[in-house]
Amino acid sequence: MKPRVPVLEGFFSDVDGDPRLLGGHCPRCGAWYFPKQWSFCRNPHCEGGPLDDAPLSSRGRLWSWTDNRYAPPPPYPAREPFEPYGVAAVELPEEQMVVLGQLARGTDTAALSLGQPMTLVVETLYEDDDAERTVWKWRPEDSG
Amino acid sequence: MSDVRILGIGMHPWGKWGRSFAEYGVVAARAALADAGVTLADIDYLAAGDTMRNGYPGYVAGSTFAQALGWAGLPVSSSYAACASGAVALDAARARLLAGQADVALVIGADTAPKGFFGPLPGERPEDPDWLRFHLLGATNPTYFALYARRRMERYGATPKDFAAVKVKNSRHGLANPNARYRKAFTEDEIAESPLVADPLRLVDICATSDGAAAVVLARDDVATRRGDQGRQMHVAAVSTVTPTYPNTDLDMPDIATDSGVGAPPPPRPFRDAIAAAAYEEAGLGPDDLSCAEVYDLSTALELDWYENIGLCGPGEAEALLHSGATTLGGRVPVNPSGGLACFGEAIPAQALAQVCELVTQLRGEAGERQVDGATVGLAINQGLFGHGSCTILTR
Repeated sequence: MKPRVPVLEGFFSDVDGDPRLLGGHCPRCGAWYFPKQWSFCRNPHCEGGPLDDAPLSSRGRLWSWTDNRYAPPPPYPAREPFEPYGVAAVELPEEQMVVLGQLARGTDTAALSLGQPMTLVVETLYEDDDAERTVWKWRPEDSG
Repeated sequence: MSDVRILGIGMHPWGKWGRSFAEYGVVAARAALADAGVTLADIDYLAAGDTMRNGYPGYVAGSTFAQALGWAGLPVSSSYAACASGAVALDAARARLLAGQADVALVIGADTAPKGFFGPLPGERPEDPDWLRFHLLGATNPTYFALYARRRMERYGATPKDFAAVKVKNSRHGLANPNARYRKAFTEDEIAESPLVADPLRLVDICATSDGAAAVVLARDDVATRRGDQGRQMHVAAVSTVTPTYPNTDLDMPDIATDSGVGAPPPPRPFRDAIAAAAYEEAGLGPDDLSCAEVYDLSTALELDWYENIGLCGPGEAEALLHSGATTLGGRVPVNPSGGLACFGEAIPAQALAQVCELVTQLRGEAGERQVDGATVGLAINQGLFGHGSCTILTR
């Protein structure tokens, strides 16, 4: 069996079945960032000091969603034959921010509604000769 | 304070022509010079909007156009602000004129677009949000448009039929526009049969990518009064090129997450509202003063958002405003009398200037079958990815 490896390092962790997005957190003003992107806080009301590495909440509420029916251009690693995929925007209450992710495979987009609870999962995005490349996704909580 | 006027406008028709963007830019520039009644020898500043998809010449569009028009020893600038590039170039030229460092300026935007979805620039660049959103999520531009559209449906009860009505309106507006790429009147049934691209948006809800060019000639008041037909010169009452204010908690292309609302007061206005507010403030005008507006209908649903962002109606009221006929030619404040992106497709660095060309044509009363009766004030608004706003207000 091939190893499961994140498609990019540093964006999420999946330890003991507890997937988390890896962001930045400002110890002074409390602002969150995902991805961390830069080493410093960019809140103009803050002193702009260094950020801590911090995992984000793994649950939030659905802000919006869509279902993509056409293959995007590279660098999206589209499977052959192309499989439609959903994308969700999820609002994290504690962080007061919206984070995008694909919808977990098999999500029935017709059954979704604004504000419903969503939870973070990790799934395979594509497979190459060496590994299954994984990414974070959002799954509606009531779909198990 | 002195004022800046638009003396001349020119465009190369939108389409997929398969030639260099510089060729389109030269056609538009020569048309604008002729319309203004000046020659290249009268120009003392050239500003251009950049294109990222045409190699080095696109990054240095100012000098590319200067060379293509025949080197004239002009100072040039090249601005990149994605879809707002044309307005940022216009603003650079206006600042030169108002500072007294130039008398007459030429502003050009032109693009040669690829087929299909816009993708990021090649290479493996995990530090680039534009690369990340494609690689990790497959979040194309229509993905974002669809997220906004679905949110509008959930919050305000908008329906795909409302979105289709925007397309029906704009497709009729553009029928008589010789610069439009698509001149076909769509029916609701035809739209409903169009394939879904990103639910709830169908292919014809989403703007295409086009080749095209637009150019304007600007002059300061004191210079303008010595030149040409005063009645055809339109005043630039405002140019807004603002960014969002932190924390921007509304999802914005190409980011995969918003700012966090923790630790800072919310901004006075959401980003798109703020783009218009800055222009209204500079012009000393408000939404009730508008005769017409050109708004950036990247999708049909987004046009409805813009109605609210520019203050034509309150949040959630855009569908009713649309169905009242107020934004249709003949209504109180026609929106996208040119046909909008629905009929043009986007030629990125040209688009904000194309909007300005339409406003000038309307304010001059030269728009023919798509003329807005008695137009005196026009607003053009647009948003480029990476936090670029653009709003221009012109008056007679």
